[in-house]
Amino acid sequence: MIRERYLNALTLALFVAIPFWAITADEPFTITLMTRAVVFAIAAVGLNIALGLGGLVSLGHAVFFGLGGYAMGILAYHAQNYTALTEWPFLIEGTKSMPVIWLAAIVVSSLAALVIGILSLRTAGVYFIMITLAFGQMFFFFAISWAEYGGEDGLSIYVRNGFPGLNTLDPIQFYGLCLGLLCLVLLFAWRLSGSPFGLALNAARQVPVRVETAGLDPVRLKLVAFVLSGAITGLAGALFADLNRFVSPTMFSWQTSGEIMIFIILGGVGRLFGPVVGALVFVALEHWLGGLSDFWHIYLGLLLLVIVLFGRGGLIGMLCGREAVHD
Amino acid sequence: MSLILLIEQVLNGLQFGIMLFLMAAGLTLIFGVMGLINLAHGSLYMIGAFCAAAVAAATGSFLLGLIGALAGAAIAGALVELVVIRRLYTKDHLDQVLATFALILIFSEGTRWIFGSFPLFLNVPEFLSGPVTLPGGIEYPLYRLTLIAVGLAVAIGLWLLISRTRLGVQIRAGENDREMIAALGIDIARLYTIVFALGAALAGLAGALVGAIQSVQVGMGEPVLILAFVVIVIGGIGSIKGALVGAILVGLTDTLGGIFLPEFLKLFLDPSTATSIGSSLASMAIYILMAAVLILRPAGLFGARA
Amino acid sequence: MKFVTLAAAAALAIGLSSANAEPVKVGMITTLSGGGAGLGIDARDGFMLAVKQAGNKDLEVIVEDDQRKPDVAVQLADKMIQSDKVDVLTGIIWSNLAMAVVPSVTAQGKFYLSPNAGPSALAGKGCNPNYFSVAYQNDNLHEAAGAYAKEAGFKKTFILAPNYPAGKDSLTGFKRYYRGELAGEIYTKLGQTDYAAELAQIRASGADSVFFFLPGGMGISFLKQYADSGIDLPVVGPAFSFDQGILQAVGDAALGVKNTSQWSKDIDNDANKAFVESFKAEYGRLPSLYAAQGFDTANLLLSAMAKADVTDADAFRAALEAADFPSVRGKFSFGPNHHPIQDIYVREVIKEGDVYTNKIVGTALSDHGDAYSDECSM
Repeated sequence: MIRERYLNALTLALFVAIPFWAITADEPFTITLMTRAVVFAIAAVGLNIALGLGGLVSLGHAVFFGLGGYAMGILAYHAQNYTALTEWPFLIEGTKSMPVIWLAAIVVSSLAALVIGILSLRTAGVYFIMITLAFGQMFFFFAISWAEYGGEDGLSIYVRNGFPGLNTLDPIQFYGLCLGLLCLVLLFAWRLSGSPFGLALNAARQVPVRVETAGLDPVRLKLVAFVLSGAITGLAGALFADLNRFVSPTMFSWQTSGEIMIFIILGGVGRLFGPVVGALVFVALEHWLGGLSDFWHIYLGLLLLVIVLFGRGGLIGMLCGREAVHD
Repeated sequence: MSLILLIEQVLNGLQFGIMLFLMAAGLTLIFGVMGLINLAHGSLYMIGAFCAAAVAAATGSFLLGLIGALAGAAIAGALVELVVIRRLYTKDHLDQVLATFALILIFSEGTRWIFGSFPLFLNVPEFLSGPVTLPGGIEYPLYRLTLIAVGLAVAIGLWLLISRTRLGVQIRAGENDREMIAALGIDIARLYTIVFALGAALAGLAGALVGAIQSVQVGMGEPVLILAFVVIVIGGIGSIKGALVGAILVGLTDTLGGIFLPEFLKLFLDPSTATSIGSSLASMAIYILMAAVLILRPAGLFGARA
Repeated sequence: MKFVTLAAAAALAIGLSSANAEPVKVGMITTLSGGGAGLGIDARDGFMLAVKQAGNKDLEVIVEDDQRKPDVAVQLADKMIQSDKVDVLTGIIWSNLAMAVVPSVTAQGKFYLSPNAGPSALAGKGCNPNYFSVAYQNDNLHEAAGAYAKEAGFKKTFILAPNYPAGKDSLTGFKRYYRGELAGEIYTKLGQTDYAAELAQIRASGADSVFFFLPGGMGISFLKQYADSGIDLPVVGPAFSFDQGILQAVGDAALGVKNTSQWSKDIDNDANKAFVESFKAEYGRLPSLYAAQGFDTANLLLSAMAKADVTDADAFRAALEAADFPSVRGKFSFGPNHHPIQDIYVREVIKEGDVYTNKIVGTALSDHGDAYSDECSM
């Protein structure tokens, strides 16, 4: 058994080493692939705050991923066409600046998470899974018929948005930017789980009654976790849109929600690096298996099945055993 | 809008709802008894449709096709339960979601591997095709009327099974107290396999019946799966009665919403904008219904409070 | 002037000594898994048949599966351009995937030859010198259906399509040539499989005919339910719901229905006859529209390779524009926005032995271009 701390360090080292290898071996696509893994990891770290820490199994996180994506898509689309987003009540122009887009993505998805959270937290258990799914479907069907922004066709952004001081068109620079954000988000999640808020949330998940007797409102704790979680997944959505230079309603689909959740389960629920390991392995599998045969989904399915049935606590659980993470 | 059209649309909504009930009944039964979230239920629906199409093509008989669908889906269900599903009962919902998602991948691509990438042919049998004239001069397809009848018959059969038979007693006991029935000396593993196969057979039947008027193709199960989840959540998970009421509510909302929302909006907007916005709202209608039900009754209409 | 001739002669000389020419690498991104795989497989098989028949050692094709997901398609395009260093991309079936991939491919200076999707956004303002649609502009077949409806004397047609951009383009395209009044116009849910409600509306509307665009499984469901509803009105639609691949799944319900297509297996020319025969021999099934489009796309590319070197983008583009290849559609040329100018036929679904297929019964539009070429400036 490896200590989880070493596995985490090894994972981070891989995220740094592989792109360096890719540059020297002239395999630029590997960098794109790694960027995909990093962005998915950010989305899943976001979901893990609700899921791992708060015990909120949300099958609707595609809402926030999609909103982040559309925040980027809509702002950049208007900047690209030199049209204003709205002129009333005050003029809002499009933008091609990443920091502004990120802020917009975070604000919009937090607001959505607040509303969805208030409504959904009236339920629990399987009902919570399903009501979040329902919200996801609402956004999906809305985006499909929203003709102003491409409907099902989605929106193409011809040039990747800019970040001050960087050339984001260079794959490795954009990768570095995403990796930096992943580290920040991981740091945040780590600090959060050790903070008084994180401890209270953890208690609210396990013994809600005790939290209530301590004078805290477990629903309110979970709502805050849900909003933080949505905000981070929204940020990932904006990055994903910039990676592909394209947004479409598939970002809102229930399959997207499912995939984000799968990264976490694959890596290990409630583990700090679970989502990161899961996203990396999933992207790698998708890439390698896809080249093997037309029927590669069968192999992917079998592999996932083996991991659930025989691995306890995801990949990290298999490698490190049932070690308590952060409590 | 004439009264005849309205009645016809209500029948359509009813028929759609009854078909959803066949899917939802199995799903809610499996959840109620075993506590399992089965995303692969849509795959069993697809397997039913493919079995029916294959048997009907080989024998030329639609009824044999239906029997093939029931048998094929039940066998597939029992096999999956024995090999995979029974290892999941003790795991949490998350593992169940991942494992049954993996099953969807395997079933879908496996079906494509066996049957090819093109949709299969399955048609309404001669003796059920064409419209009949109902009292009041409504022309309505005979096959759809048959679907309503079959669905209601299954609902009654299920009710009898659960309230009057020994198996039904065990199922109800399983829903209430799992440890207890094991202590009473009931072979719980066998019970689970039977319940799972029963749910699978219902899904397979729905797939075959619907396959005759729709497209028998890979991936046909997932949209229905999501709707079936909506149904059981509205009805209250584990409740067969809830599944029936939920299914009819969803069927009517979806069908009538699709017609009346655009018509209603035409009162305020120009026709093409109204059609466009109306159709978008109609697509979202059942999800709005579901969210509203859950906000007002967090455990569904007939669910026991969790 | 003299210099130009000299340069042309030199270019010709290079072209002739094709053994030394740079090999051309083609990246094909298409749908090979999941529900829509049938279309992608046909397009790929048609394309590869032409490649095999040409036996050109300088052509290398890399095929990848996009799973019908736009983000996967974009990633594959990046991979093919960055790692495989392809010169030409092709293969995408769906408009929304094309919208995601094509702008970024052409922005990186690569050629894209579309074997199926032809969204209006890429035909008008968004046109690009390096983008060629070999199949059609998306509106074309619907326009032809409108022209047929006018020709057939329909006075009150009920029209329906799914509620997404291609669906809206479809009804717009139909109305562009149809002259009668509309008995109703509805947008259905994307992926909808039950049309009972719509059929009831059609019955109540007093329509004298029906036009529908419902690709894939949606069309199969619609036709079966239409046949079972007892409504007895003439139906017309674009070829997508009457293609060789899905016609067998519809069965008798499709018999006699008119549909519009720029290709049919009974178009009378040598290239087409040879194509249908060799496709049957190679794969053991009849070719579909998508297979024909894949086949034409490969032959267009091969014709350009014979004339110009792909590293000389301008010359290669000119060679593509010339469209100097024996199309299975017979007459074929490109308009100013690199979209086809071609005849669009009306076909009727018939049964040949046990197999459902199409027969040409007329020409809906001759030498037909598209409505967006004026907006294209290149």
